[in-house]
Amino acid sequence: MTRYSAFSLLRHALTGHRGWGPAWRKAEPASSYDAVIVGGGGHGLATAYYLAKEHGLARIAVLERGWLGGGNVGRNTTIVRSNYLLPANIRFYEMGMKLWEGLSQELNFNVMFSQRGVLNLAHSPAQLDAFARRGNAMLLDGADAVMLDRHQVAEMVPGLDLSEAARFPILGGLLQPRGGTARHDAVAWGYARAADRLGVDIVENCEVTGFLEEAGRICGVRTARGEIRAPKVAVSVAGSTSEVLRPAGIEGLPIESHVMQAFVTEPLKPLLDTVVTLGVGHLYVSQSDKGGLVFGGDLDGYNSYAQRGGLPLFEDVAGLAVAAFPALSRLRVVRNWGGVVDMSMDGSPIICTGPKPGLYLNAGWNYGGFKATPAAGWCFAWTIAKDEPHPLNAAFTLDRFATGRLLDEKGAGPVPRLH
Amino acid sequence: MRIPCPVCGARSVGEFTYGGDAGVVRPDLEASAEAWQAAVYARDNPRGAHREYWQHSGGCRAWLLLERDTLTHAIAGARLVGPWSGCGAGGAEEKAS
Repeated sequence: MTRYSAFSLLRHALTGHRGWGPAWRKAEPASSYDAVIVGGGGHGLATAYYLAKEHGLARIAVLERGWLGGGNVGRNTTIVRSNYLLPANIRFYEMGMKLWEGLSQELNFNVMFSQRGVLNLAHSPAQLDAFARRGNAMLLDGADAVMLDRHQVAEMVPGLDLSEAARFPILGGLLQPRGGTARHDAVAWGYARAADRLGVDIVENCEVTGFLEEAGRICGVRTARGEIRAPKVAVSVAGSTSEVLRPAGIEGLPIESHVMQAFVTEPLKPLLDTVVTLGVGHLYVSQSDKGGLVFGGDLDGYNSYAQRGGLPLFEDVAGLAVAAFPALSRLRVVRNWGGVVDMSMDGSPIICTGPKPGLYLNAGWNYGGFKATPAAGWCFAWTIAKDEPHPLNAAFTLDRFATGRLLDEKGAGPVPRLH
Repeated sequence: MRIPCPVCGARSVGEFTYGGDAGVVRPDLEASAEAWQAAVYARDNPRGAHREYWQHSGGCRAWLLLERDTLTHAIAGARLVGPWSGCGAGGAEEKAS
């Protein structure tokens, strides 16, 4: 398979670009593997890549029900950040940020990671205090954070309504300069291609319908394309976690599936060169390289497996966007989509061994799955290979809901729609 | 999505607040830690038929028990719960139109 470089581009240009091959093989599933990963999303592909590269597993399969890039990895707002408050979360996401910074080189695939900064706006002195506390927590754990006053915000984001008469007056903000965006499809394709080069079988259109179990131990999966045996079965299926694990006799996970919407407007000339989030309600907006504004907000707010949302949420998000950027009021929205997210009961993820021997679980990503792709893949691969968590994901256990060691960033309690 | 409120008729979902899985039963105060943990954190989270609470917070403020499909959002029925469960125009049960 060709290595992408300026030289290969030139060589193919001379032959009219007719020689490019597929980026990964269409693998047929074998009857057994060393490890099977259920779910070919960003996390599953990253897990396969790091399992092959860091831990030297030779025979790995990724089983995907649909096609690569069709799930949540292509249904987010592409934001990458590590601006958390709790140490376990900051360390994990900050390690991910470092992986993002070298990802295009690592994968030999341009994921268009753009560190344009992520700016959280504050609307009250109390909110500024809370942001200062979070910024300090980030600095203590090695992330970057800068407090901005109103004038600095005005300088950075020209389109914002910073007048006293604004619907939500802006007092300042917390900026993470190293945060930004990445091209989400490229992340899926880049990991798929890099994993494929290491010999990983990526099997699309292969739904997992059940599990093989011997003496209380999971030893393979039943799929639409036959049985596949493997001593390690890793499940990384986001919003489908509860349904995929039900045939293994696992019920009552601390997860609810909700729909999360995102919207894209018609393309504009360059207007916004950073990611802006509003501190009232819930709104985050950035401008893509094509010029469209990409924005999103809250969940629709009720259990949903539909990969589409309703209009009341759109009205809410659009209202906030126009309150913050009055010049956008006549802009048309050209696309929207919904992803089924796995909201955990405390708003933090789960990367652990179990819940049965032979099984490994990566779930509970809430809003944060996309930015976590490299770190989650890296930590999940470690957990699968060594049968124990890495210190970076040691807190992301499933039994924390029984032991009380919750990681509730917002202090919202066990109400998934509020995280 | 429109929710058939037994008191007010079919109204936009924007008028309602979600109350979560109606299958959760609050255990006895003296129940075991495991029973409480299950009630607080464990969820069936089905793809398909789901019984759930909603409050018509932007309307009559009544609490409803809804049977809704989480994949298609088709609503099979709604009835009042709580002290007024026997009341409502046209009886306690309102079928989705």
